[in-house]
Amino acid sequence: MNRITAGRRHPLARYAVLLLALGLLGFTYTLAAPTSERADAAIASGKADDVAEGKKLFEQSCSSCHGLNAEGVEDRGPGLVGVGAASVDFQVSSGRMPLSNPGAQAPRKQPAPWVNDDTVRQLAAYIQSLGGGPTIPTAEQVDASKGDKAKGGELFRANCIQCHNFTGEGGALTQGKYAPPLYPASERQIYEAMITGPQAMPVFNDSIITPEQKRDMIAYIVGVREQKDPGGADLGRIGPVTEGLVAWIVGLSLLSLAAIWITAKRRQAQ
Amino acid sequence: MSTGTVPKPIAGTSSFLDDRLGAGNFMRRNLRKVFPDHWSFLLGEIALYSFIVLLLTGTFLTFFFKPSMEHVIYEGSYAPLQGIGMSAAYASTLEISFDVRGGLLMRQMHHWAALLFVAGMMVHMLRVFFTGAYRKPRELNWLIGVGLLTLALLEGLTGYSLPDDLLSGAGLRITEGVAISLPLVGTWITFFLFGGEYPGEDVISRFYSLHILLIPGILLGLISAHMILMWVQKHTQMPGKGRTNKNVVGAPFYPAFMAKAGAYFMFTFGVIALLGTFAQINPIWLFGPYTPADISAGSQPDFYMGFLEGALRLMPSWEVNLFGQGGGTLPLSVLIPALVPMGIIMTGLAVYPFAERWITGDNREHHVVDRPRNNPHRTAIGISAMTFYGVLWLLGANDELSWVLHVSLNWTTYVGRVLVFVAPVIAYVVTYRICLGLQRKDAAIIGHGVESGVIKRLPHGEYIEVHVPPAQDIEAHMRGKEAVPTLPGAGNGSDGVPPKALRGPIGRLRAKMSAAYGGEKIPLDDGHGDGHGHDDHAAVGAGGDDKPAVH
Repeated sequence: MNRITAGRRHPLARYAVLLLALGLLGFTYTLAAPTSERADAAIASGKADDVAEGKKLFEQSCSSCHGLNAEGVEDRGPGLVGVGAASVDFQVSSGRMPLSNPGAQAPRKQPAPWVNDDTVRQLAAYIQSLGGGPTIPTAEQVDASKGDKAKGGELFRANCIQCHNFTGEGGALTQGKYAPPLYPASERQIYEAMITGPQAMPVFNDSIITPEQKRDMIAYIVGVREQKDPGGADLGRIGPVTEGLVAWIVGLSLLSLAAIWITAKRRQAQ
Repeated sequence: MSTGTVPKPIAGTSSFLDDRLGAGNFMRRNLRKVFPDHWSFLLGEIALYSFIVLLLTGTFLTFFFKPSMEHVIYEGSYAPLQGIGMSAAYASTLEISFDVRGGLLMRQMHHWAALLFVAGMMVHMLRVFFTGAYRKPRELNWLIGVGLLTLALLEGLTGYSLPDDLLSGAGLRITEGVAISLPLVGTWITFFLFGGEYPGEDVISRFYSLHILLIPGILLGLISAHMILMWVQKHTQMPGKGRTNKNVVGAPFYPAFMAKAGAYFMFTFGVIALLGTFAQINPIWLFGPYTPADISAGSQPDFYMGFLEGALRLMPSWEVNLFGQGGGTLPLSVLIPALVPMGIIMTGLAVYPFAERWITGDNREHHVVDRPRNNPHRTAIGISAMTFYGVLWLLGANDELSWVLHVSLNWTTYVGRVLVFVAPVIAYVVTYRICLGLQRKDAAIIGHGVESGVIKRLPHGEYIEVHVPPAQDIEAHMRGKEAVPTLPGAGNGSDGVPPKALRGPIGRLRAKMSAAYGGEKIPLDDGHGDGHGHDDHAAVGAGGDDKPAVH
């Protein structure tokens, strides 16, 4: 009895109890949470027809907002007839869909656990079968090494930077919407975003910007984000806001400290 | 010192100079000039030394920069821009950055020095303002300072437009927008400045002349005048032991202050060099060449223009069309943000010493400065103006704020529109109260001494903490307090006919303002200063009755 009481009052006891409680909570949650994973895996492993499998996936993970036949549900999700396979690939592979909670804009996040190349292909095949639309670009179309950076840079400055910033850092739009940073986007996702115009983004179809020009732009975007900054720390690559902060916080603080240090030593009387 | 120890070459040269220039006399007088020891007196030197760095690095940059808007095709070593058409100015800036040895470092140091130049001026100005060091006889030097700050903004504006990159082009476009929005003369001014339709062919070379010749010339002249006046009028000093309006306590220029100033120059140079080496600034190659059709998200000016940018972003889209469609348009949405905040701040700064003298009727010379708490209205006005400026400044970056903090861009604007009016009022009231509180604390220390940490038990059982008188220098510092003067006859309690100057509507207003602004709010030697009289646990801590020791 005494030993238990002493143990209970041990300084580490509260942490142990906290850890135990958290672990228990997590364990219960894993048991109780819907275990769609295994079912999805079974679907993905089947070698059935892509469209049919895609329809199953769709009904399971997308239909609550987009409707059972992708016709859309008012105030929840738009109809997906005619958005094309490129749209599906962009939204699902970047983790934006399925959406976890509706807001001004769907954020990029870790894709859902059932998402892999096969399931995305099946889902895309199903949506493509409904009403056509832009298709997923080929590997050659998005090969950054085949593009012309300089030409792409000009197009990028003319068409993209007013929302995505000079270097693709992203930026704010109205009413909580935003242009996301281009750093995490894959070449294929950049291309798909241009042809499908997700969320607040306009569509840049092939008659406005040809596929070769799109490849040039991808070359520039990828080139800039991989480029080392010759001038030192990049300060977020967003221009004078961080520069001003550094001037005040680093520059002036250092100089004020220096002033205090210099004047702190009184002259010794001779 | 006996002259026998001086080597002949030195003795010979110095007496040669002395005989012809009278230098010895001059040196004897000025080398012993006394400089105060407080660290805040060095803040202005940040600006001075940054200016020297600016002159040095700027001269280097002129060797390679081509101030021309001639169209060229870039063939330099930065691959992502090869084969792109751009102005010669932009191409030569790229050349400085990538092909001139040490060029990028010089460019970056130039830009960092420019930011520190303006920032140094600002903190120096705040020091002078909050301590009242601008008072007679230093009003003219204060005005020179305001002129220097305005010119520094212009110098910065012309400077960051020179590389002709996409970011600076956005600033240039706003400059054009402001110029063209001026009533009556706007169109003429714009065509004169740009040599025709925007962007024209001339603006870079014109800004270049302004940036490297005219404005630095005036800056140099004004800085010299600023220094000479400071030298002649001597330094102000914080109140303290042995410090009066007739002396300056500190270290002599030679050798002590000269060493300090020299060291501080090295520090400034060093900090600028460190920033220039390790922190990338204005990477124009990422921005691309200027095309009037392009603009980037997150375009901001350098920090000292930020408050104007913020004003522009806050402003609703008001516009007045005079005399119908055929008449003139008065674009208030540009005019007001471009002129009003700048006008309030710069005019306010310039007028303040004279307004304060008018209100307080204080015509004496002041060489001992005020502690900010001892002139609560001035301090509150200063903080209030800083808040106004700060809100505008912050809102100049509202897109970055909304991006980083995940708030709606629209809401930053709505909130900013309210804050720009409300925040200065709140800041005023809060600052005023804090100042009075600090004065009360001083009065308490003078009246009761400081807590010694010694707890004493009295014979009848009560515990008290012994208070001891404050250290001599601290007490002298506190006792340097002077009541803010008021006009004679301005007080509420004055009877009879007011003096001539205080009659009439303006006179009555002046008297009212004088009574509110001046006067002793919390007398130092009157117990707590908060009205509950003399307490018993004064300096020696003699207790006795049932009052608890609350200090």
